Amino acid sequence: MNMPFYVSPEQLMKDRADYARKGIARGRSVVVLAYDGGIAFVAENPSRALHKISEIYDRIAFAAVGKYNEFENLRVAGVRYADLRGYSYDRSDVTARGLANAYAQTLGTVFTQESKPYEVEIVVAEVGARPELDQIYRLTYDGSVADERGFVAMGGQAESITTALTEQWRPGLSLGEALGLAVAGLAADPAGGPARAVGTDQLEVAVLDRQRERRLFRRIAAPLVDRLLSPSDPTDDVPHEDERGPGPHDTVGMDSPSLGAAGASGTDTPGTDTPYG
Amino acid sequence: MSEPGDQSGRLPRAYLVPGSASFSDFISAHDPRLLPGRRPLPAGTVPEVPHGTTIVAVEFAGGVVMAGDRRATMGSLIAHREIEKVFAADEYSCVGIAGTAGLAIELVKLFQVELEHYEKIEGTLMSLEGKANRLATMIRGNLGLAMQGLAVVPLFAGYDIDDGRGRIYSYDVTGGCYAERHHHSVGSGSLFARGALKKLWHPGLDPAQAVRVAVEALYDAADDDSATGGPDLNRRIFPVVGVVNVEGYRRVDEPSMQAVVDAVVAGRRGDPGGAVQDDARVTS
Repeated sequence: MNMPFYVSPEQLMKDRADYARKGIARGRSVVVLAYDGGIAFVAENPSRALHKISEIYDRIAFAAVGKYNEFENLRVAGVRYADLRGYSYDRSDVTARGLANAYAQTLGTVFTQESKPYEVEIVVAEVGARPELDQIYRLTYDGSVADERGFVAMGGQAESITTALTEQWRPGLSLGEALGLAVAGLAADPAGGPARAVGTDQLEVAVLDRQRERRLFRRIAAPLVDRLLSPSDPTDDVPHEDERGPGPHDTVGMDSPSLGAAGASGTDTPGTDTPYG
Repeated sequence: MSEPGDQSGRLPRAYLVPGSASFSDFISAHDPRLLPGRRPLPAGTVPEVPHGTTIVAVEFAGGVVMAGDRRATMGSLIAHREIEKVFAADEYSCVGIAGTAGLAIELVKLFQVELEHYEKIEGTLMSLEGKANRLATMIRGNLGLAMQGLAVVPLFAGYDIDDGRGRIYSYDVTGGCYAERHHHSVGSGSLFARGALKKLWHPGLDPAQAVRVAVEALYDAADDDSATGGPDLNRRIFPVVGVVNVEGYRRVDEPSMQAVVDAVVAGRRGDPGGAVQDDARVTS
């Protein structure tokens, strides 16, 4: 008769946790932080196609670090959860808290029952009508949930970024200032050496913009991120209207030379001379 | 959220199955009772239920207009006098419904989620042809109900981003999907509306003219079909009219509709059929 070697539950859990942590620490970091007009998401991600930050529902977005196939699977599950909830109840009944709970249960079950834990860490954030109603939930590989105030950093440099943000983040930052903090955190060397250069082509940036209607999630294109980060450029927020023109409107700041012009082209709708509002 | 009998609170298996970007495929795997066509129908005859009636769609240069009257009927009774039967399906398309109102509205809700779901999962818009085909699949799933007398017949129209023009698709109860040329109408008053559309439509309409043509056609439908409601000037109930073009979908607002309806009604004073003496009626 085969007797498996005895492994204490403590050791088993510790091994799994170490395994997951190692996987997560290999990934580049993601920062999620609140600013006066919503919640900003900044990821170091050279890929244009494989996103770490995504829309879940009207006011809810998702950010993740770790193994792409695993968190992509969770993202799709989250979109299914939110769409089904909104379909069978109402759009206003889809909440980040409910989704965070479902993710926590899922990650927890996988951690204890399956042969290998998910090597992911995720954030589910919901923007409220006012800044004090914003919710940011951080979920780790073992299913623990933390309700974070103001900001979260995940991934390899999480600790050093969190330390920096604890000192520098305050409520009511403008988007430009918030992105500045996030990018400085991503660029800093955790060992204390000189900061790396992180260009906007290496960044994936998105916001949940409180001033929009219905679907609030928008990605920010690189040119607008550059202007938001530049201290000499007065731009410090995203346009609250989509650019006109055919195609998906999930990204703002694609081609507008400045926010002033982008805002104007958004409000000065072509065809306002016709009587249809 | 979770499957019956599953108390763990974790996301059920079906949520984590990779592959499909279709919301209706997902719920048919996860909980088919949520799909209108998959619920078992009890024996017996279906009682009288509200039916929606006439929808018209009109192409113009660079887009399409869809309009629906506001009446739902239950036999000879008016079930609702301000039901809305034209909906934005997504940013670049709209859908109008005729047939069993309850099922049709459920179907539109499902279709709207289907399109948004695809957009979020795939990160891109579905093609117009793709949207038309998804709607056909949903109608096909409803065939059993249609055979019990609970048919839903939508009209779908949208702006084709690749071609820069409006397109209209009609359906039959078996899920047949047909691209229509220039204009189309469905519902009990469609016979009369189609006649009006043939005489009023011409190439190169602008959006305002297309709205006018659609409202004229609905007026003619209401004139001869008791199940189609005409504009109700006392209660200020006007047809729902949506315009889709390169700027996306927008609903024609109430003051503009008041102006259009006033003009249509005034134009028919002493000329109830609205026969066009010169082209001024539809081009002004």
